[in-house]
Amino acid sequence: MKIAVCIKRVPDTEMRFAIAANRTSIDPAGLKFDLSDFDGYAVEVALRLVEKQPPGEVVAVTLGPDAAQETLRKALSMGVDRGVHLAAAEVPFDGLAIARALAAELREGGYDLILFGRMATDSGNGTVGPMTAGLLGLPCVTAVSGLELADGRGTAQRELEGVTETVSFPLPAVLTIDEGIARPRLPSLKGIMAAKKKPVESRPAALGPVRLTVDALELPKERAAGRIIGEGPDAVPELIRLLREEAKVL
Amino acid sequence: MANTFAFAELRAGSPRKVAFEAMTAARTAADATGGGEVHALVLGGPGASSAAAQLARFGADVVHVVEHPALVSGNAEVFAATAAARLKAGGYRAGFFSASAQGRDLAPRVAAALDLPLASDVTSFEIAGDALLARHPAYIGKAIATLRLAATPALVSLRPGAIAPVEQARPGRVELVEPALDPAQARVVVTAVTDRGAAKLDLGEAPVVVSGGRGLKAAENFRLVEELAAAFGNAAVGATRAVTDDGWRPSADQIGQTGRMVSPALYVAVGISGAIQHLAGMRTAGVIVAINRDKDAP
Ligand SMILES: Cc1cc2nc3c(=O)[nH]c(=O)nc-3n(C[C@H](O)[C@H](O)[C@H](O)COP(=O)(O)OP(=O)(O)OC[C@H]3O[C@@H](n4cnc5c(N)ncnc54)[C@H](O)[C@@H]3O)c2cc1C
Ligand SMILES: Nc1ncnc2c1ncn2[C@@H]1O[C@H](COP(=O)(O)O)[C@@H](O)[C@H]1O
Repeated sequence: MKIAVCIKRVPDTEMRFAIAANRTSIDPAGLKFDLSDFDGYAVEVALRLVEKQPPGEVVAVTLGPDAAQETLRKALSMGVDRGVHLAAAEVPFDGLAIARALAAELREGGYDLILFGRMATDSGNGTVGPMTAGLLGLPCVTAVSGLELADGRGTAQRELEGVTETVSFPLPAVLTIDEGIARPRLPSLKGIMAAKKKPVESRPAALGPVRLTVDALELPKERAAGRIIGEGPDAVPELIRLLREEAKVL
Repeated sequence: MANTFAFAELRAGSPRKVAFEAMTAARTAADATGGGEVHALVLGGPGASSAAAQLARFGADVVHVVEHPALVSGNAEVFAATAAARLKAGGYRAGFFSASAQGRDLAPRVAAALDLPLASDVTSFEIAGDALLARHPAYIGKAIATLRLAATPALVSLRPGAIAPVEQARPGRVELVEPALDPAQARVVVTAVTDRGAAKLDLGEAPVVVSGGRGLKAAENFRLVEELAAAFGNAAVGATRAVTDDGWRPSADQIGQTGRMVSPALYVAVGISGAIQHLAGMRTAGVIVAINRDKDAP
């Protein structure tokens, strides 16, 4: 079984950040970067599938600046076999451009499964996975929260708005992975040492035209400061009055 | 003057609120180009065309309908192929989807099939000459991007609840069409759908959401949240991940980055610390009431 996992280097969203001087991106100064949350789950899913049914190979692919190779090393230290770096000084916001470059890399790879995160935490798009599937002409299941493979087919669970859907699909296929499916392992010391010797290839990303760009990036307007209305049941009448008369939501 | 396209999502045969939101966006975009027609697309089981009257109320001039017994519970490949074929044939200036669970799956497939970029999870937009400018929350809501989409048709998926549906009656002429892909040819097949017992009032559509967090201390105490929601009469119940992880509530109730995104007029947070991942799902709410013993909780 041969599995590709597409991973993106993103800033840690727990941290406070500032807008860069160009007003179209965030200021990277002082930020920590790591692979996007959902991509960690995708890596874990790939590793478990191969561990359950060896032999196999897991390849991590990332598109980004040279620093994205650190993100590949993280995946290698978790147990991924090798990495592919598609070099691009800047990662476009246009998911179709990213998908085009990933599809060009993955097309002849002979993968049984190609895994993505459900959405990258920086872009908040959730488009690259299904777009790559479309460009490759492969079946695609998004937001997968449970997965079983047998006899060249897969069964996946998807948690949607109020319903759980079970779908059956043939391999090869593209899946986007939701969180919760399998908690990503922490790299072991042995894994970190081994990762240093694992192969990483780098070649230019074939992005093509970029037709979705960021004109401006702003911090959200601060909500008006909150008001503390009181404590315990005594505060209730005043709260109701405010909701009725001031906020007019009752 | 240009026509625009809107995908109309159904639930149990009737248009969802997000369908009206897409109609309203398409109407706004058509008017911004000097007043063209809005063409809606509906796919569903036999009888799906009965949705047309309601779509007309929200601004649809033409409603293209695919009725097929195999489409009652949806079929992503057929939906995507049919929407792509319609967008190709229609010569539209813009096409709107919802960034609902179904739309998030559908819109990028359609975009790839047409080799077009997609602005996703958009909260507002304007047409600016050859471009469409769209506002989009990035970095799990910690920053707001203004995106420039330089393509025609401009494909957009709309954050549920961000655009208020506006009634503006149009003819809503029904045209029955064939699916662009035979449902029997779809490679991915839905084998089961189980209702997780979500409340009747959908979280994304409720004007009031009452959510509970770990501060409630025990699953039984969620009764208080349910009673409060029932007292409002128009409220749905949400939860934090801490609570859904512990199994106090079904995961369908989770609000936040990895759950539902909601924008109710009133959001009541009971015993919720306000983690960034939770805020990502509700910071666009109108009024937020927090019940918390920690005065500094965000
Ligand atoms: C990748 C990732 C994704 C995530 N996605 C989500 C998501 O989508 N949605 C989500 O909600 N979380 C998400 N989380 C989890 C999030 O970080 C928080 O852990 C979670 O939201 C906390 O839930 P809570 O507010 O219920 O619990 P806590 O943080 O434990 O807060 C409990 C609150 O109750 C208050 N309290 C305690 N006792 C009382 C009392 N007697 N009266 C009143 N108040 C009281 C406390 O002051 C506190 O503020 C995610 C985390 C990660 C890492
Ligand atoms: N630059 C990138 N390199 C590799 N994979 C990516 C990149 N951008 C996005 N992806 C993959 O596509 C998923 C969805 O990204 P997005 O559409 O930006 O939300 C991510 O979780 C990754 O799996």
